[in-house]
Amino acid sequence: MPFLRTILARLAATLVTLFGAAVIVFVVIRVVPGNPIAMMLPPGATEDDIARLQALYGLDKSIFEQFVIWLGGVVRGDFGTSISLRQPVLNLVLGRLPATLELSIMALVIAVFIGGAMALTGTLRRDTRTEAAIDVTSGMALSVPDFLWGLILILLFGVLWPVFHISGRVSPSLDFDFQTQFYLFESVLRLRFDVWADLVSHMFMPSLALAIPLAAIISQLLKQSLKETMHLDYVTLARTKGYSEASVITREALPNAVLPTLTLIGVQFTFLIGGTVIIERLFSYEGLGNMAIDAVINRDLPLIQGIVILFALLFTVVNLVVDMTYAALNPRLRHA
Amino acid sequence: MRDARSRVRRPIGLRLWLSGGWITLLIIGAVLAPLIAPHDPLYQDLFAGRMPPVWVDGADPNFLLGTDSLGRDVLSRILYGARLALTVALVAGTLTCLIGATLGLIAGYYRGWVDMVISRLVDIWMAFPPVLFAILLIAVLGTGLTSIIIAIVVIDWTRFARVVRAEAMTQGTMDYVASAQVVGRTKAGTMFAEILPNVLPTIVALLTLEMGIAVIVEAILSFVNLSISTDAPTWGGMIAEGRTSVHQAWWVLVFPLITLFLTVLSFSQLGEGLKDYFDPVLR
Repeated sequence: MPFLRTILARLAATLVTLFGAAVIVFVVIRVVPGNPIAMMLPPGATEDDIARLQALYGLDKSIFEQFVIWLGGVVRGDFGTSISLRQPVLNLVLGRLPATLELSIMALVIAVFIGGAMALTGTLRRDTRTEAAIDVTSGMALSVPDFLWGLILILLFGVLWPVFHISGRVSPSLDFDFQTQFYLFESVLRLRFDVWADLVSHMFMPSLALAIPLAAIISQLLKQSLKETMHLDYVTLARTKGYSEASVITREALPNAVLPTLTLIGVQFTFLIGGTVIIERLFSYEGLGNMAIDAVINRDLPLIQGIVILFALLFTVVNLVVDMTYAALNPRLRHA
Repeated sequence: MRDARSRVRRPIGLRLWLSGGWITLLIIGAVLAPLIAPHDPLYQDLFAGRMPPVWVDGADPNFLLGTDSLGRDVLSRILYGARLALTVALVAGTLTCLIGATLGLIAGYYRGWVDMVISRLVDIWMAFPPVLFAILLIAVLGTGLTSIIIAIVVIDWTRFARVVRAEAMTQGTMDYVASAQVVGRTKAGTMFAEILPNVLPTIVALLTLEMGIAVIVEAILSFVNLSISTDAPTWGGMIAEGRTSVHQAWWVLVFPLITLFLTVLSFSQLGEGLKDYFDPVLR
């Protein structure tokens, strides 16, 4: 069972990566010269107060002991208590994760849609001005990171022509009692399309900013693979059978050209999720990234740790899923 | 044949000229900032707050690109901000390149356990969102120029290590490397004398890209107010202020944004252009 062995090997590597990430974060935030406890107490606090709180959060022990205690907690699903928000880290983090996931997935969908459309149009109109225009556009889109696209979108569609919301996740005036944190999903299930429209209007700008660089990458790679496939014999055969050029591309070339792009999307999706940190800040979107920046500013060690580990988990899981999908889709790897 | 080649080369030339031109202009502006900046970038004049740029009604001709809410001159702040941005680009970019490329070269050429360790580290690094990692490091190291540079080096060395490792691996299997060994070159000697020159074009292109990334990281850090001291002129700080007052004074956001956009685009296009320029197939 080479397929199974590949998966097990990847799983083991994933665990090592996660453990390494945990160690690094743990060590990095504990060489902090400033004392996080001193920062959260009022100026008049005595040495005793500081020592008491330090003991409460376990900060008086050695780094190694702290790590063992923390790891023991994590295994039982206990990520500690946030210093600044005084709530269990796990609840806080899980409460914000859906917002970030919805934003990332919406961005991914937009990127696939735009990138795919650009690649197909470019292939259909290859060696024309249209293709050249698509190449220039994707080159530009790729050269500039999501942070700048976010600012440009704020200017264009928030200020110059204000059609979308550029701040927050949902209008506060909207009186709707959400039962879950998956607002977008829930609004569809409960058939409240007015709420859904409001959510989309808030999420569209930040997700578009995240999507633009990925759309450019998809467009470039997919177009290249499509153009290579278009020279293959079976495509020529389909053409001689009288299929239109558009249907030759979508029905014959696309299924064979899509695999490399699919793998790339997986890796790039983790970069996109990483981009949510600053994009959420920029659009005041109440997600994990925005919470992470606040946690760093407040030196909330347990919360920072929890968020970074969750991000690392998200990244490695995405990579694992991509690898497995690739192995399952690619017959050469499956039978190798 | 000649014609076809010159068709390929022309856009590359234009791209290099335009992006190189903008960067040169920026370097001149940054170096000469104390001489050419029309105002002190820190001087506040609350009576001259939110003055629009000169071509808009109600402007003060003394402030070419207008003023921010504290009455500080936008143009002067952009010029002084360029000093920090370019310093970070140059120093952080070069250091990242040196460390990352060296590790990549060693991993790709020596293979074995060194490669195992370096590749595993790269994997772990890839599990962190870079922006969060940068912010975290600044929180740990404290704000300031040195911290920004250290943060960028610590985060981005993997970018060089990954690419250079792959290139060095390919080069390492080539015949000329084997012949160098036969002639009696030491392993380290071969690495520097034979492999390095062949991966250098990639490294140079990556370095240029990295400078653009460094500029963005610095802007993001100053945007979340974690760069250098709060009232020092930084592009990210100006953008953060402009973002909050965008409905009242668009110019506070627009001008630093255009500058940052052109700078990042130029570094990236310069890198892409150099990559094509060095590409033996296109040459």
